[in-house]
Amino acid sequence: MLASVRITHDVGLHARPSVKLTKLAKSFASAIELAQASEGPWIDAKSIVKVMAMKVKKDTTLYFRARGDDAEQAVTALVSLVEGDFEDTHANG
Amino acid sequence: MGEPVEIKGQPASGGIASGPLIVLGGHRQKRISSGDPKIELSDLHKALAAAAIDLAALISRVDKDGGEILAFQLAFLEDDTLKSAVEALIMGGSAADEAWRKVVDDETGGYETADDEYFRGRAADIREVRDRVLRYLDGSSEATGAPGAILIGEELGPTLFLETDWSGGGGVLLTAGSSSSHVAMLARARGVPMIVGLGNINLNGHREAIIDGETGIAVLSPSRAERQRFGAKLQELNDRTIREAEFRYRQGMTGDGERIEVMINVASADEVDHIDISTCDGIGLMRTEFLFRDGAPLPDEEQQYQAYRKLLLWAGNKPVTIRTLDAGGDKPIGGITPESERNPFLGKRGIRLTLAQPKIFMSQLRALARAAVHGRLKVMIPMVTVPAEIAETARLVDMAVRELDAEGIANARPPIGIMVEVPAAAIAPELFAEAAFFSIGSNDLTQYVTAAARDEASVAALNDPAHPAVLKLIAAVAEFGRKRSIPVSLCGDMASEPCYLEALLTAGIKSLSVAPSAIARVKAALTAIRIGR
Repeated sequence: MLASVRITHDVGLHARPSVKLTKLAKSFASAIELAQASEGPWIDAKSIVKVMAMKVKKDTTLYFRARGDDAEQAVTALVSLVEGDFEDTHANG
Repeated sequence: MGEPVEIKGQPASGGIASGPLIVLGGHRQKRISSGDPKIELSDLHKALAAAAIDLAALISRVDKDGGEILAFQLAFLEDDTLKSAVEALIMGGSAADEAWRKVVDDETGGYETADDEYFRGRAADIREVRDRVLRYLDGSSEATGAPGAILIGEELGPTLFLETDWSGGGGVLLTAGSSSSHVAMLARARGVPMIVGLGNINLNGHREAIIDGETGIAVLSPSRAERQRFGAKLQELNDRTIREAEFRYRQGMTGDGERIEVMINVASADEVDHIDISTCDGIGLMRTEFLFRDGAPLPDEEQQYQAYRKLLLWAGNKPVTIRTLDAGGDKPIGGITPESERNPFLGKRGIRLTLAQPKIFMSQLRALARAAVHGRLKVMIPMVTVPAEIAETARLVDMAVRELDAEGIANARPPIGIMVEVPAAAIAPELFAEAAFFSIGSNDLTQYVTAAARDEASVAALNDPAHPAVLKLIAAVAEFGRKRSIPVSLCGDMASEPCYLEALLTAGIKSLSVAPSAIARVKAALTAIRIGR
């Protein structure tokens, strides 16, 4: 399962968005990877250290790939998190 | 447990506390490796889990912004990639603490030198979480975050102070530090006892301390007799606090019925979370330096607007006086304040600095004009020396209002008043009659009039806010304000000290802005004063 999404968050993938992304990734059993180009290099999307180290800036395309039973749900959820600009999904969040 | 040792420093925040010692930052006990990878691994896992529990507990206590900073640190602790790398080193024979330090530093070393300021700012977060785990590993602070502990170290950052739960008591001992630092102001605001400038301390074997923030004396490993002595003093302090508490919700009033306004000084918008607005007459001084933290990215207009708005909503129909950025002097901010001044207290600070940095100033003035629609905002400019500084600020405020109008953003033009702290303004207040109000900054006024710094121990005795020359200036400013119907208040530390109140009232001051922890104390002391007019 592979998908890409453009990040429009003002500051790019900084601390708060990175925390949300890795937290969401960790809620799935699948191995999930993240890259800034379709040919990689791929990093573990569950690792805040690796995600922050990518220093993803605004208007970069992010690529997600996952392997496992819930791979499809995982990628869909991560793409919609980035699309939704990392806003809280709950109205009261 | 060692023999009792008495140490003395400069008092920075009053009160008495006793509790277990927690060592801050770098001065830690040396950890001795077990030499067994299995034990080292288990120690690592225990330290990570303990640190994570600390953070999770803190997150549930602090506000949303604080919680997000901590969530980032917590994510680091729960990072399996990081953990695997540390485990691999330990299996290869490294000690747990060495392995953790090496992996964290390797993985995040790029942050310190990143060209993006945001990443550089995060380096401090990573150091903090790295050290939190190291403290658990070397056992120097098994009670980190525990309420009621005495924090001891070279310096203490405001972030760590705010993260700490002071509700169960506790205090701070610093070997360096200054009583005019931000963290000392926070300590006074929250009533946390603090002593600074203790010099080198041999902590060998000491696990507990009693500190007296009024005298600047602390006792490490106190004996039973010393506990009783401090216990009696603490009891007396508590009794006084209880006696004063009944005045908290009353109006400020002298013994002969003269109404005295008692407002509060705050350093951050979060501070008011702990304060009932009905206990005071508004905010007499909000310092905004705190938003512009050293090393952190500059706050943008939106962040500032949210902070100012929060205070105005909290205050309701009571006034909120917000002081524009007062950086420089003892409050340097990296990237904003000049670095090579020989005497920063007489250099480019306060309004001198903000007028020279119009971009930063405009973002603040725009945020203030936007916030002004939410309540009774007053804007105050610091270090005013010539009337042209008011005129120039007024021009920029007008410009901010025009810009916001053109952009269709709600705003209002707040009145602009001045801090009276430079002797030039105190000696000739008539030059500044266009100011909407005067707020006497007695800390800087005293330091400039007596030519004695208050954080310089050798001349501290000369730095006396009750010096007749200082009181004469205060009386002259109050008199000028009364004649010209310009409101005058006083927001320096002396307003929070009962011993100065009679002199201030005699000088004609009718409005005080005090540390939030001093509200009840000041109101209680006022009732004992009769100015008899």
